[in-house]
Amino acid sequence: MSDAIVRIEGLRKAYANGVEALKGVDLDIRKGEILALLGPNGAGKTTLINIVCGIVTATGGQVLVDGKNWLQDFRSARTRIGLVPQELTTDAFESVWATVSFSRGLFGKPRDDAKVEEILKRLTLWDKRKSEMRELSGGMKRRVMIAKALAHEPDILFLDEPTAGVDVELRRDMWELVRKLRADGTTIILTTHYIEEAEEMADRVGVIRKGELVALGDKKGLMAQLGQRTLKITLDDPISEVPSGLSEWGVALEDEGHTLCYRFDSHAEQTGIPQLMRRLDELHLGWKDLATHQSSLEDIFVSLVHEERAA
Amino acid sequence: MNVQGVKSIYRFEMARWGRTLWQSLVTPVITTALYFLVFGSAIGSRMSDMAGIPFGSFIVPGLILLSVLTQALMNASFGIFFPKFTGTIYEILSAPLSPIETVTAYVGAAATKAVILALVTLATATLFVDVWVTHPLLMVLFLIAISIGFCLMGFAIGIWAKNFEQLQVIPLLVVTPLTFLGGVFYSVNAIGEPWRTVTLLNPILYLVAGYRWTFFGVSDVPVWASIAVMAAAILLPLAAIVWVFRTGYRLKS
Ligand SMILES: Nc1ncnc2c1ncn2[C@@H]1O[C@H](COP(=O)(O)OP(=O)(O)OP(=O)(O)O)[C@@H](O)[C@H]1O
Ligand SMILES: [Mg+2]
Repeated sequence: MSDAIVRIEGLRKAYANGVEALKGVDLDIRKGEILALLGPNGAGKTTLINIVCGIVTATGGQVLVDGKNWLQDFRSARTRIGLVPQELTTDAFESVWATVSFSRGLFGKPRDDAKVEEILKRLTLWDKRKSEMRELSGGMKRRVMIAKALAHEPDILFLDEPTAGVDVELRRDMWELVRKLRADGTTIILTTHYIEEAEEMADRVGVIRKGELVALGDKKGLMAQLGQRTLKITLDDPISEVPSGLSEWGVALEDEGHTLCYRFDSHAEQTGIPQLMRRLDELHLGWKDLATHQSSLEDIFVSLVHEERAA
Repeated sequence: MNVQGVKSIYRFEMARWGRTLWQSLVTPVITTALYFLVFGSAIGSRMSDMAGIPFGSFIVPGLILLSVLTQALMNASFGIFFPKFTGTIYEILSAPLSPIETVTAYVGAAATKAVILALVTLATATLFVDVWVTHPLLMVLFLIAISIGFCLMGFAIGIWAKNFEQLQVIPLLVVTPLTFLGGVFYSVNAIGEPWRTVTLLNPILYLVAGYRWTFFGVSDVPVWASIAVMAAAILLPLAAIVWVFRTGYRLKS
C-alpha cells in the first residue's frame, strides 16, 4: 500500500524485566488520517509510540517512515515526526517561549519567532510565554508539550493520551486543534482511553490488547466487523422464563419478562431471525414490537477487553 | 549535520550555567582563592622552593586542575543525568541528532565552562602569588584537552548513574583524592620510596605535571607521558560513550 506514511512491520518489544510489551505488531498508518489507538492500561500503546519515535529500542521488526527505515534514515524520519509523550516532563525553570524555541532548534529548524508565536497563539499560550514551566497548571503544561511537538512543523504527530487530566472545555479545544492540524495535512496518531474521543475524532481505530493489535478499521468497518446487533422483541404478555424451545438462539429475558433479546452477527450468512420468528409463532408467543440495535464502539471495546480478562 | 540542534543544546546548557553562576563559578573560585591565601601566601612564604620554583607559584597549575577536573565531571554528568532524571530526555532521544552531535553539544558546553573556570581561577591566583606561563599556547591546549577528557568522563558517569549518590561518588571519592595525591602540593622527586613509585601510578599526576610544565618549563615526568595520559583520558570515555549509544545502555529501555 503506497499511501502508508508509517508502516510498522512485525514490531516486537521485550523489556529487560522480561515483560513482552509488543508481540509482533503490523500496522499501516495512512497519510493524512487520524488514527486512534485504544487499549487497556499496559496494552503496549506507549511502547509502540516510543519505539517509532526512537525512545525505546525494538527487540524485533522495523518501522518505515515514508518507505525508509526509521533507524537508518533517522534524520529524515525524526524531522517529520512530532511527539507529545504521555508523561508531563518539562524543564521547571525554562520559560514557555524558551522551551518551545528550544524544541524547534533541537529538531534542526532555524529560529523563527513568528512561527513560535503562531504556535503559542494557536494553543492559547501566548499570554503565558514568559511564565516558567513550574508556574503552569497541568493542562497548560500539556499544551506546552503540544507546542513543543509542533515547533518543528512535523507532518506526523503522535499524541500519547493528549486529553488525560484535561478538563472538558480544553478537551474540546484539543479536538478542534487536532482537526485543524489534520486539515493542514498532518497525519495524527493518538492514544486514548475515552471511546467517545476515538469515535468523535478518528478516521480509523486500532485496538491493542496485551501487545497485539486485535482490531483495526474505520469506525463503520470495525462496527460491522466486530459489532453485534441485538434484536429486541417486546411480548404481549410477560413470561417468567425463556421457553426451552428457544434455547438454541440463546435469547435472554429482560425488562421483567416483557422483552426477549437476541444477539446476532449481522455479517453471518444466517442471522437466525426468520427461524426464531417462526418458532415464536409455534410457541404461541405474541409480540407487539421489534427493534434492532447496533453495538457502539464502546460495546466493542468493552467486549474486546473482556475477552482479555477471560483469556 | 544538525547544527541547529547542537547549538540549541549548547545554548541551553550555557544558559543553565548562567542561571546558577554563583554556584558554578563563584564557589570554586572562592575555594581556590582560599587555597592560595593559606598555602600560597601564608604557608608558602615559609616553604622551600619546589623544583626551583617558589612554593606559592608551584601549586597554581595543580590547584587550577583540581577545580577544573571536579567541575568538569560534575557539570557534564549533571547535564545529561538531569534530563534522564526528569524525563525531558525523551525530546533529545527523539530529535534528529546523531550520538556524536549529542555528545558534542553536551561535552562542548561543559568543557567551555571548565575552561572559563580555569582562566578565572588563574586570574584569581595572580592576585596572591607570582605566576608566569612559559608555553601559553600549550597551556591553553592542554587545558582544553584535559577539560574535554573529563567532560567526556562526566558524560559517561551521568549516563551510568542511577541516582544522585552515584553521580557524586566518582568526582568526590576518586578524582579529588587522586588529584590531591597527584603532586599538586609537591614534586614527586621530593618524596621517598615507596610513595614515589605509588604516586607515579596515579594518572592524574601526569596531567598535573604536564600542565605545570606549560607554566614553568619543568616537569617530574616526561611531557610525552603527560600527552599520552591526556589522549587516554579522551579516548577511553569516548569509547564507552560510543558503546552506550550503540546499545542504548541506561539511556533507552
Ligand atoms: N521501561 C519499562 N521497563 C519494563 N517494563 C515496561 C517499561 N515500560 C513499560 N513496561 C511494561 O510494558 C507493558 C506495556 O506498557 P505501555 O506503557 O506500553 O502500555 P500502555 O498501553 O501505554 O498503557 P497505559 O494505557 O497505561 O498508558 C506494561 O506491562 C508495562 O508494565
Ligand atoms: Mg501509555
